[in-house]
Amino acid sequence: MSKRKLTQLQALEAESIHIIREVVGTFRNPVMLYSIGKDSSVMLHLARKAFYPAPLPFPLLHVDTGYKFPEMYEFRDWFAKEIGAELIVHRNEKAIAQGMNPQEYGVARCCGALKTQALLDALEEGGYDAAFGGARRDEERSRAKERVFSIRDEFGQWDPKNQRPELWNIYNGQIHEGESVRVFPLSNWTEMDIWLYIRQENIPIVPLYYAKERWVIERGSMLIPFYEGMEDQLREGEKPTKVMCRFRTLGCIPCTGAVRSSATTLDEIVAEAAAARRSERETRLIDHGSNTMEDKKKEGYF
Amino acid sequence: MTEIDWKLSQDIQLLRLVTVGSVDDGKSTLIGRLLVDTKGAFEDQLLSVRRKRGPAKESEIDLAMLTDGLAAEREQGITIDVAYRYFATPKRKFIMADCPGHEQYTRNMVTGASTANAAIILVDARNGVMPQTKRHSHILSLLQIPHLIVAINKMDLVDYSEEVFKGIRDELGAFCAKQGVHDLITIPISALKGDMVTVRGDNMNWYDGPTLLEVLESLEVTDHIDEKPFRFPVQLVNRPQTPDLPDYRGYMGQIVSGTIRPGEEVIALPSMQRSTVREIVTYDGNLEEAFAPQSITLTLNDEIDISRGDMIVKPDQMPKKEREFSANVCWIGDEPLSVRKKYWIKQTSNLGKVMVSGIEFKTDIHTLDRVSTSELAMNEIGRVSFKLQKPMFFDSYAENRATGSFILIDTFSYNTVGAGMIV
Repeated sequence: MSKRKLTQLQALEAESIHIIREVVGTFRNPVMLYSIGKDSSVMLHLARKAFYPAPLPFPLLHVDTGYKFPEMYEFRDWFAKEIGAELIVHRNEKAIAQGMNPQEYGVARCCGALKTQALLDALEEGGYDAAFGGARRDEERSRAKERVFSIRDEFGQWDPKNQRPELWNIYNGQIHEGESVRVFPLSNWTEMDIWLYIRQENIPIVPLYYAKERWVIERGSMLIPFYEGMEDQLREGEKPTKVMCRFRTLGCIPCTGAVRSSATTLDEIVAEAAAARRSERETRLIDHGSNTMEDKKKEGYF
Repeated sequence: MTEIDWKLSQDIQLLRLVTVGSVDDGKSTLIGRLLVDTKGAFEDQLLSVRRKRGPAKESEIDLAMLTDGLAAEREQGITIDVAYRYFATPKRKFIMADCPGHEQYTRNMVTGASTANAAIILVDARNGVMPQTKRHSHILSLLQIPHLIVAINKMDLVDYSEEVFKGIRDELGAFCAKQGVHDLITIPISALKGDMVTVRGDNMNWYDGPTLLEVLESLEVTDHIDEKPFRFPVQLVNRPQTPDLPDYRGYMGQIVSGTIRPGEEVIALPSMQRSTVREIVTYDGNLEEAFAPQSITLTLNDEIDISRGDMIVKPDQMPKKEREFSANVCWIGDEPLSVRKKYWIKQTSNLGKVMVSGIEFKTDIHTLDRVSTSELAMNEIGRVSFKLQKPMFFDSYAENRATGSFILIDTFSYNTVGAGMIV
């Protein structure tokens, strides 16, 4: 390989930084959606690189369902402070006060209220015309179809059959009043790239990604995390057990499964990702109902 | 090297691929085959494809269902928009854009093809060269995709006939030669059965060339953009104005071609003011040299007039500066392009206004003849001359893909309606 050649991770990094800067150059009021997960962590790291030595020129927005893992809240607050980022937390307080939960109302309704509606409200309240999301095209087959600049109408909805052509790396950021754009700087990254990059750059991640003995409920092939106060959710014959496990992706406690693992270091996690035969989203309940990712995206989910 | 070892290797390079061709030539099936054979598809993704079609045997996996990600596509059994899929082998990582074959979705095909280093043109062995095969190969030749591979598919349905293969190879070869593309690689395959995709199979012993995957792994990806003139379109001016950086002023962008070093003389366009590079700033430390396609920040030794949309170049390597130019245009808008219409033009990070001053010709995609016309309708391709409101800095597309390409944006709908390549 000649001296002036970028490795594929360097090429992806340069592409993502170009996208992030283009958004700041084009839009009036951008915001970065921050979910605390590994992809968000990489996206945020790229944004810090893009504007170095200046601080981030936009705030982070965490759409909080109230069902995230305690370790995630702790990490979020610590990390935002550590890097001096402005963090906005938005919750659908009305639905949370009414006791919205996936067990009684179903996963689709719960996600609809606590994630999609909350996100749309937060974007509208903030008057944001562009929102960065850490979604990758390799995650799910409808995401594989999405543009880097994905236009949403004034209802925040996606029209997958009528996307703007996107040529070369020239992004069309012209939008009408009320429309907005979701931007995906990690479009071309794979799960493997994310882990390799986290290792290469030494990016801090939530400790839940590392294996340790955790209380879980074994339900079918799923390992459901068990926290105090969840006793009423046990089904007949179930009891919490301690299992050496970790999380490949992070979401809400009731809807995110763990996987058996002994990977306690970044090197071991990367090796495990390389050997994986099943996709990371397998452990996410939200992908498996009749309400597909495409349906959710059309309604405004990111 | 074990599978895990090569997946962990950081030195591999990226090849951006696109698959094109007519409807039902098997593009999605081919990608499905490559994903399955290179283990680029996960077990649960394969299962979900099987589940939807009821109980099925391994051999009955509907490979196209892996990439047709939209409900409307699965319902209609066609590909509407580009799907991007990723797979890796020990030799390199591939980003593969699976493009729709229908004429009405040509705009999505252009989207998928514009970033590709190599293209696979699929042809159904039973149907031979179709109008869309010609349209797509013409678009690929205008986009100057460095490598074109013809995969003659569904060979199992023509009894793996060498005669059929040669007939199509020669016809498409002659068509491409007419547009100056001479080094086509042609391979007979069966995406469904797997012959000549990643393994040779036993059905085409008369073919002694490489399999499709062997070709993909061995294509030259070096584009030598670092050896071209230095072009640095400015995306943003970084002025933190923080207590510790009160006077810092950095120009942020991605080098689209060439190299730069501290101390080198540069010239800012359009102000024509000169300065020298002070530092090449990155989060990981200042660089002694930066090259395309790195994203960097430049600081200069003089305060000169530079803002977003401007370009920093070297004084002895100036691009063209014109108010008029002509370009090959793929028209992808619902309403036709016609003379005197005005559009927004976006070239690199620069947004401006442009007027169509004339249409030199449109190309008949069957014969490649140049036909005179007063407008370009959706999916038509032609040579258009433009007049700019303000002068633009550019190179020809043949010299520089980044500074020679642009998009046209409708000033009412705000849609992207044209893809242009400056001649």
